[in-house]
Amino acid sequence: MSINATLLIQIIAFALLIWFVNRVLWGPLSKLMEDRQKRIADGLSAAEKGKHELELAEQKAKEILKDAKSQAQNVLSQAEKRGSEIVEDAKVKAAEEADRIKAAAQAELEQEVSRAREELRKEVSGLVVEGAEKILKKEVNAAAHNDMLEALVKSI
Amino acid sequence: MGTVEYIQHHLQNNSICSADHINSTTGLCEGFWVLNVDTLVIAALIGALIVFVAARMGRKLASGTPGGFQNFVESILDFVSTNVRDAFPGHNPLIAPLALTIFLWVWLMNFMDLIPVDLLPYLYQIVTGDPHAHLKVVPTTDLNTTLAMSFTVFALILFYNIKVKGVVGFIKMFLFHPFGKFFVPVNIVMTIIEEVSKPLSLALRLFGNMFAGELVFLLIALIGGTLAVGAAALFWAPLQALLDLGWLIFHLLVITLQAFIFMVLTIVYLGMAHEDDH
Repeated sequence: MSINATLLIQIIAFALLIWFVNRVLWGPLSKLMEDRQKRIADGLSAAEKGKHELELAEQKAKEILKDAKSQAQNVLSQAEKRGSEIVEDAKVKAAEEADRIKAAAQAELEQEVSRAREELRKEVSGLVVEGAEKILKKEVNAAAHNDMLEALVKSI
Repeated sequence: MGTVEYIQHHLQNNSICSADHINSTTGLCEGFWVLNVDTLVIAALIGALIVFVAARMGRKLASGTPGGFQNFVESILDFVSTNVRDAFPGHNPLIAPLALTIFLWVWLMNFMDLIPVDLLPYLYQIVTGDPHAHLKVVPTTDLNTTLAMSFTVFALILFYNIKVKGVVGFIKMFLFHPFGKFFVPVNIVMTIIEEVSKPLSLALRLFGNMFAGELVFLLIALIGGTLAVGAAALFWAPLQALLDLGWLIFHLLVITLQAFIFMVLTIVYLGMAHEDDH
């Protein structure tokens, strides 16, 4: 129980043990744990970065999709507009054509009518002159009665 | 063998010394130039066990996913380094290994206390063939071990005091601390007491706790041993087992606490030594 030389040897043993523990246990293991801590921290930050990048990419994709959609909408509306324009154009052209045809037909009709009228008039005037000749038993001087005949023809 | 002899026998170190240090009446070694072989060998074996296990583990350290044992050791390391970070200002690469060594070594030496008190001495007596051979199995119940550690810590305290504060600062600490420049003689006495009490309290606390614990184990062992004769053993033996188990569980706490206290106080004392300004 008394203090003796054991003390001195225990001091040496203690110092040696500290040295050994530092060399084989504390040193390598604490370094390993530090490295691991660093690696985990790195991994976490990398994951965070990846997440952030993913978010950015998603946002970008959304924007591109939105762009494409609006572009498609644009193209569609333009096409619609163009289509309706074409239809409108065709309508106008068709109406013009119809008008033209109608007018031509009208003109032809009128020409026909006036020609028929002219013919009728000539015939009637011939008949009138013939009738008058017969009545008067003498030839009407066509030249002398031209004015009267003309007026007669006109009144028919 | 009587109760007193039984206890005394157990508390006697197995010592060697030169012939002129042997007390002629008791046949035991006396004086300073004596070596307690049991303390030295067991402490050294435990130290070697730490180094051996650490080296074995070190050969296949897994940096990614540590296995069971490495995990366990890593948690001890974590525990120690947390304590160092909390109690030690600044950075000194010696403190953490020192604290770890103290914790592991003291705990394992204390743990020898939990081995049945008669087992190892009995085996030793059989091996040596000497029925009166002494063997004290717990190195921390030997003041030499606890003082060796606390003196080493004390040397480090003095070293860092002088290194950090400088020789002048160190002397100033004795002159003007704690009561200022008008109480220089009182200050010197107070500071000396304060400094010397550090290693003494470290060593004596650990020694006292372990010695007392060992004594209680011996007393419990006596219940079923010398007290019980014949049929009475039927009553005393279970009682002894029950008491032994209770004290063992409690003592497991004590040995851990003592190892922890020694470690933390070492860190705190060295931290105080590193403070430049008082």
